[in-house]
Amino acid sequence: MYNASDLKKGLKIEIDGDPCMITNFEFSKPGKGQALYRCKIKNLVTRNTFDKTYRSVDKVNRCALISRDYTFSYIDGPEYVFSDNETFEEARLNDELLGEQKFFLVDDMQVEILFHNDRPLDITLPNFVEMVIAETEPGARGDTATNVAKPAKLENGYEINVPIFINEGDTVRIDTRSGEYSDRVSKG
Amino acid sequence: MLESLKLRDALMQRIRAFFHDRSYIEVETPIRLQTPCMELYIDAEPCGDRFLRTSPEIFHKQLLAAGCERIFEVGKCFRQGEFGALHNPEYTMLEWYQAKADYIDILEETRELIRYVWDGAPVDWAVLTVADAFGRYAGWDPVSNYDEDRFDLDLVEKVEPALKDLGGAVVLKDYPLEAAALSRRKECDPRVAERWELYIDGVELANAYSELTDPIEQLNRFEACAARRREMGRTDYGVDDAFIDALGRMPPSGGVALGVDRLLMLIAGRNSLDGLIPFR
Repeated sequence: MYNASDLKKGLKIEIDGDPCMITNFEFSKPGKGQALYRCKIKNLVTRNTFDKTYRSVDKVNRCALISRDYTFSYIDGPEYVFSDNETFEEARLNDELLGEQKFFLVDDMQVEILFHNDRPLDITLPNFVEMVIAETEPGARGDTATNVAKPAKLENGYEINVPIFINEGDTVRIDTRSGEYSDRVSKG
Repeated sequence: MLESLKLRDALMQRIRAFFHDRSYIEVETPIRLQTPCMELYIDAEPCGDRFLRTSPEIFHKQLLAAGCERIFEVGKCFRQGEFGALHNPEYTMLEWYQAKADYIDILEETRELIRYVWDGAPVDWAVLTVADAFGRYAGWDPVSNYDEDRFDLDLVEKVEPALKDLGGAVVLKDYPLEAAALSRRKECDPRVAERWELYIDGVELANAYSELTDPIEQLNRFEACAARRREMGRTDYGVDDAFIDALGRMPPSGGVALGVDRLLMLIAGRNSLDGLIPFR
């Protein structure tokens, strides 16, 4: 348990069973009154933000977050299945938690999954992934300028802007943090 | 930092000039003391076999009892564990007392002081009773139905933000007797104490009383406070007999404590003490 006076910006705590993070913290002490700790808190599951004020006598639960290494296995309907590198136990993440990241999963990809108790909260992919361009208009011959972009699609339907010289069948590197084209790996 | 030191120097000169013009004398009282003034939520910093003062109050009242009529002191006070945008465990307090005056007399004097030391001081001053302010901004009346936790929480979450939105100078007066601290009970409404707090742009700047001069009532308040402090696991500082004894000889007086660092912050147009208290 934390005492209210231990609270600070960035600290992760548990409220009503949910992992939360203090995003803003203010010490307050009105007149002759008691010390109050005013916090802005983000629920790490629902992503909602709310205000909460603690008195110095209040206790706050610690939040145990652990991250473990997994390998991506397969897609099972709406769920993405990963296997624990040490125990081979399965972890199933849904569409919503993965967001755009689901487009960048490839067979046997090494990922890190963050858990609160046994609930997956967040996933971290390798920073770069190589993917094949499935659809794009042919570029003008000889135009190798990289600052001119055109739309393209991956095999899984993800839409991305690529330089004009990229053709269907080319393999490109994508930055998984921004979801943007990084560079060309090989021609198709 | 140089800029804020110059600003502080100018402020100190004006403060001293203001009081000297009005026949106040500047006094120096002990910073280390045996018996800090007991308040529910103020903890003193231990210092060897003594404590550092949380306020010069108990000495100033002994000076009033000894015949001083107008005194002021500017100096460091210390409060354990108070740190934030508007708090520092070591800070500069201006405290002054006037004999044969009450909290309304010194409210007028405070307004004159603020205008004397600060060219950009707010011109209009609103005065609200605590009951009115809570009725308006928190939807209940702490005077007829006091609830300490709710009072502190609503003050911080509802009333103070409303005073910040209102802007300018707002005085909250007539605190519930339970929050009287060392102030006198109001004769025409015994549920409240003659205490006010000044807010400028929502920042609590000064606290004032018609001083309690009844040694028996003061002793009873200290004892009740000590019992609650022990319950909470806080130090019971005991009672300074010389102070209680002096209260019986002290004339009716008004007194104010004002946070000099916060005033400097307002003058500088800042919203935190960072950069205004050197080496913080």
